[in-house]
Amino acid sequence: MIDPKKQAEIVHKSLKKRYRKEKRFRAYGILAITIALASLIVLFADIINKGHTGFLKTTITLDVEMNAETMYLEDPTDPDAVRMADFVEPLIQSLSEILPEATEEDRGKLRGLINPYASSQLRDELVANPDWMGTTQTITFLAHSNVDVYNKHKGNEAYSIKLSEEQQQYVDKLRDKGVIETSFNDVFFTSGDSRDPARAGVLGAIVGSLLVMFVTLVLSFPIGVAAAIYLEEFAPRNRITDFIEVNINNLAAVPSIIFGLLGLAVFINLFGMPRSVPFVGGLVLTLMTLPTIIISSRAAIKSVPPSIREAAEGVGASKMQVVLHHVLPLAMPGMLTGSIIGMAQALGETAPLLLIGMVAFIVEIPEGFFDAATVLPVQVFLWAGSPELAFIERASAAIMVLLAFLLSMNALAIWLRKRLERRW
Amino acid sequence: MNMNDTLISEPLEPQEMSTPVNRPVEDAGAQSAKVEEGKTVGKPFADDPKFKLRNVEVFYGQERAIKNVSLDIGRNEVIAFIGPSGCGKSTFLRCLNRMNDSIDICRVKGQLMLDDEDIYHSKKDVVELRARVGMVFQKPNPFPKSIYDNVAYGPRIHGLANRKSELDDIVEDSLRKAGLWNEAKDRLHSIATGMSGGQQQRLCIARAIAVSPEVVLMDEPCSALDPIATAKVEELISELSESYTIIIVTHSMQQAARVSSRTAYFHLGHLVEVNETSKVFTSPEHELTESYITGRFG
Ligand SMILES: Nc1ncnc2c1ncn2[C@@H]1O[C@H](COP(=O)(O)OP(=O)(O)O)[C@@H](O)[C@H]1O
Ligand SMILES: [Mg+2]
Repeated sequence: MIDPKKQAEIVHKSLKKRYRKEKRFRAYGILAITIALASLIVLFADIINKGHTGFLKTTITLDVEMNAETMYLEDPTDPDAVRMADFVEPLIQSLSEILPEATEEDRGKLRGLINPYASSQLRDELVANPDWMGTTQTITFLAHSNVDVYNKHKGNEAYSIKLSEEQQQYVDKLRDKGVIETSFNDVFFTSGDSRDPARAGVLGAIVGSLLVMFVTLVLSFPIGVAAAIYLEEFAPRNRITDFIEVNINNLAAVPSIIFGLLGLAVFINLFGMPRSVPFVGGLVLTLMTLPTIIISSRAAIKSVPPSIREAAEGVGASKMQVVLHHVLPLAMPGMLTGSIIGMAQALGETAPLLLIGMVAFIVEIPEGFFDAATVLPVQVFLWAGSPELAFIERASAAIMVLLAFLLSMNALAIWLRKRLERRW
Repeated sequence: MNMNDTLISEPLEPQEMSTPVNRPVEDAGAQSAKVEEGKTVGKPFADDPKFKLRNVEVFYGQERAIKNVSLDIGRNEVIAFIGPSGCGKSTFLRCLNRMNDSIDICRVKGQLMLDDEDIYHSKKDVVELRARVGMVFQKPNPFPKSIYDNVAYGPRIHGLANRKSELDDIVEDSLRKAGLWNEAKDRLHSIATGMSGGQQQRLCIARAIAVSPEVVLMDEPCSALDPIATAKVEELISELSESYTIIIVTHSMQQAARVSSRTAYFHLGHLVEVNETSKVFTSPEHELTESYITGRFG
């Protein structure tokens, strides 16, 4: 026996040691969280710093004189005449009026300030308003993407190399006069991809992502939940179900590109489905998310307290009634959370979609599950690989859009869980 | 050995921490007494019983948890199952409405008759059996739904009420019988898990009797309740005994004495003694029973 006095002493000493251990452990934890948070902040700061300018556009507002002689156009209602007409000249003329120092030789430089599609815009507007003929109208055009990046990154050498010395001076002057303005980039959210960075947008990719997500959700949630219920509640425990279980767990760890290869081999080559379409993308991502959904749904079913099951069985509920009336409602928050996290993973997935051709250059906004489409992460991939600075900046902006989608999906998961969670 | 290390790294064995009730029975002063398998002293049989149970054996895998038990349970009687922890009271009770079915490794042998019907017959529907033999569990386990829905659940799934008003009547009647009506009538549609433990347990009793069973099984229904709630539930059991056969497992001998008319003493899977409650507690016939009720082992 240890004498009580000595015992108290020993315990007292050991207490100090225990508290030291505890403190050290807490310090490690705080350190780990600090490192994680710092990396996150650096990442976000970098993305926002590089990408926020992608949400801005540069416009040029010009007084355009609709002169029949300079445009070689008598009748804007005659399609043939419109086809032959010159819609660039009036823009250049308007610019040279503001910049009198530009000589005849500088016309090319002036032209390089305006977006290449400005003439088409002028044509379309004139065709829509034929009575403009002979008048002077104030019209806002997009600036050339080179002007756009120069304007948004004033004083940064790297962003001005595409403009000549004179062009830079022109831009500075135009901005002072209020002809060149910077505003919110609505084009980015209302158009599809384009060869011209100033006119490229993420709408096509957003719609593509939504279509793919819809297919994935509609297929993977019911199949995943049904599989989980069967395995957890009805399947006999034997070699076959053990084998299935091992395989589901392994599938969750299979690299996603393998699912892309499978989709290519099975859906496209074997079943002859079209390439690049959201439907096939959704099928591939369904295969990828299913294991995640099944595993989290099974965990949710397992966490339903057995006492609730017993209670229901005790009053005479059949197996099916126990599952439908009690287990499923109680497991639903967990199932939904798992599914949304699986969907968020799928939303950020690029590799398997590259393999089934969703990496094409697509200008049109997809309208259905069988229209060629791309998705947000692939769009980021495409733009980030472009040598043009204006595209890099849009890639960063698209990353922010993607992150916003992911964050709102996770917020939805948390909200659903809080909302549906029941206490017992 | 270093004292500090022992304190930190070796938590006490769980068995040693809990009450003496869990002490292995063999070591506890009962060495001399032996149980003979299948031999039950006292009066295990009755005329025209509700349950006629013969040579019942229950196995968990290889382990035999109930050893050749034969017992009759009379109509509208309250019978208490007592005995040390792990002696198989719950296992035996759960055979009576086949709650053991959901345990994969559990097998039941022998003859179990409810009103001359074999309850383990392969054609016997367990849903129907459970509608006749209701159950109340050790821990109150109301569904995380409203009080009303808890009570109405059984009648709903069995189709006992055709109209809303009928269902309302069943709910009110069951809550009244369970002595919960006055406390619950103003909050029928609030969540049941918000009630106190005692109220929850009475709600579980109301839920069990809402399907009008013939038998109610209760597995230590008061062990999670405080003394006042326990008194209420005991009072309720006495009232219910007029219309139902009640089989109650209990740890408390006082409780058995208060509510039951017959008492069955289990020991290591054997049914040692069955007799009138007063007889069991005043002049037990078997040595083991005597040791147990005099508190020589838990
Ligand atoms: N689900 C189970 N699986 C395996 N063994 C069990 C199970 N439930 C009970 N047992 C065993 O059966 C014996 C009787 O248990 P139980 O009926 O719960 O006793 P009591 O209710 O009298 O305390 C114990 O030895 C216990 O270990
Ligand atoms: Mg028990």
